[in-house]
Amino acid sequence: MSTSSEASTARTALVELDGVSHSYGGPTVLHHVHVGIEPGSFLGIIGPSGSGKTTMLRLVLGSLQPSEGTVHRRAGIRIAYVPQVETVNWNFPITVGEVVLMAGAPSWRRPWSTATERREVAVTLEQLGLGGLEHRHIRELSGGQQQRVFLARALHRKPDLLVLDEPTSGVDVRTRHEVVHLLTDLHRTGMAVILTTHDINGLAAHLPRIACVNRELIAIGTPREVLTPDVLERTYGAPMEVLEHGGMLLVTDGRLEPA
Amino acid sequence: MIAGVFEPFGLAFFRNGLLVATMAGAICGLIGCYVVLRQLSYIGHGLSHSIFGGAAASAVLSVNFYLGAGLWGLLSALMIARVARRGKIGSDAAIGVITTASFAIGIALSNRFGQAKKSIDAVLFGSILGVSAGDVVAVAFAGLLAVAVIWTCYRKLLFATFDAEVAEVSGVNVPRMEALLMLMLAVTILFTMKVMGVLLISALLVTPAVIARMLTNSFARMLWIAPSIGAVCGFTGMLLSYYIDVSSGATIILMASSAFLVVYAITGTRGRRNVAGLAHGH
Repeated sequence: MSTSSEASTARTALVELDGVSHSYGGPTVLHHVHVGIEPGSFLGIIGPSGSGKTTMLRLVLGSLQPSEGTVHRRAGIRIAYVPQVETVNWNFPITVGEVVLMAGAPSWRRPWSTATERREVAVTLEQLGLGGLEHRHIRELSGGQQQRVFLARALHRKPDLLVLDEPTSGVDVRTRHEVVHLLTDLHRTGMAVILTTHDINGLAAHLPRIACVNRELIAIGTPREVLTPDVLERTYGAPMEVLEHGGMLLVTDGRLEPA
Repeated sequence: MIAGVFEPFGLAFFRNGLLVATMAGAICGLIGCYVVLRQLSYIGHGLSHSIFGGAAASAVLSVNFYLGAGLWGLLSALMIARVARRGKIGSDAAIGVITTASFAIGIALSNRFGQAKKSIDAVLFGSILGVSAGDVVAVAFAGLLAVAVIWTCYRKLLFATFDAEVAEVSGVNVPRMEALLMLMLAVTILFTMKVMGVLLISALLVTPAVIARMLTNSFARMLWIAPSIGAVCGFTGMLLSYYIDVSSGATIILMASSAFLVVYAITGTRGRRNVAGLAHGH
């Protein structure tokens, strides 16, 4: 029923969902979820469409308040959010530099960017392989570059926790690889990352921890712990098979048969 | 002949009108950037109609125009926001119902209490006559308010306009930004409707911003280009209205529309693609 930002000596998590439920005025879309996002963790949330993945993400972000339970956030925590690229208005008149700068702490005395800020933006863009593109319109970039612009905006806030909604949705294989490697590199720097995805084989199976959600938390753990036929069937409501190839788990639709 | 060209500048009402029209063009261009990018054009259109009801009521009750029409406009804006936020009906429907009712009240009051037809025409289509030094001060105040709000909240307004959900998560008070935007919009319409007219002011809110969008891909540059175009259209349109004896609102909008056609032709596919993007939903 409440959201708490108070520091707690007993809690180590950056954000903790404690018995959280949520409904949008109708049936409960997420029921009694307990999840803790520890510093330096990397969690992927998987589940079918309408399973409550994005609701869970919004509860973590604080843009939704729980109907029941409590969301604890560590005092002073900085959370940055990268939305789905499909939701971005690519025709909005805005350059790469302007997108990144909008996340910076503004000064009412000087609304436009300072030289120091512009240098910081240039460094962030350079780190993400977008150096020299500050003055380009966001529409003029490739799919991978577009995704990275919004990642750059999030990183410009110097977050403790990076939250991404479907970061590989609607992107090609090459861009997906770029995004996965980038997120892995960021995680190695100690940043906590939480994301939702439909891409089990291309993204979720490579993460240290996965949460399977379908209106409730079905299972949470390492890929080997949760990517099992039983958990996947309870999550997706359909039989699924799990194969192993080159040490990697591969999830397939159990009903498919060879042609 | 040259003396004839400068003849109207000797008239105080014309100088006031010219000043107000130029400032109104600049302010509408500036606010119009947010109106167009947030797809609030219909709200601008509706608010101006709504304020007409307040203007008529003020005249009947002998209340100061800015006070009466301002309170009326504010009340309408709050009602629109409240009805739309409840989600039972869309904001476009809420605007349609509330503002047309307000407009009808204005017409009814004007008819019933014997306002001269010419006076109604002036409010509907704009008039250079009757623009006082006080109106110049009022429009200058609206301009200063708009610049001050945009200056102090530049990034927050941009963030809320471009990506409201992420802005909210990033600590921007999006409802407050929306309220500020509505306040600026209401004040701009209120203080510029004498020259522009109720029916035409929404065009000045939209056209310079759309032209600027065709010309640039940068938000910061758009905020300079749109007011500049608005100011030029206001100045030249007002000048033209004197010589051809047509209402000031109509000539200013005709100037803006002509500029739109020229830029639309010059920028070609690129400009059209930029403008097409304004239909993107948030």
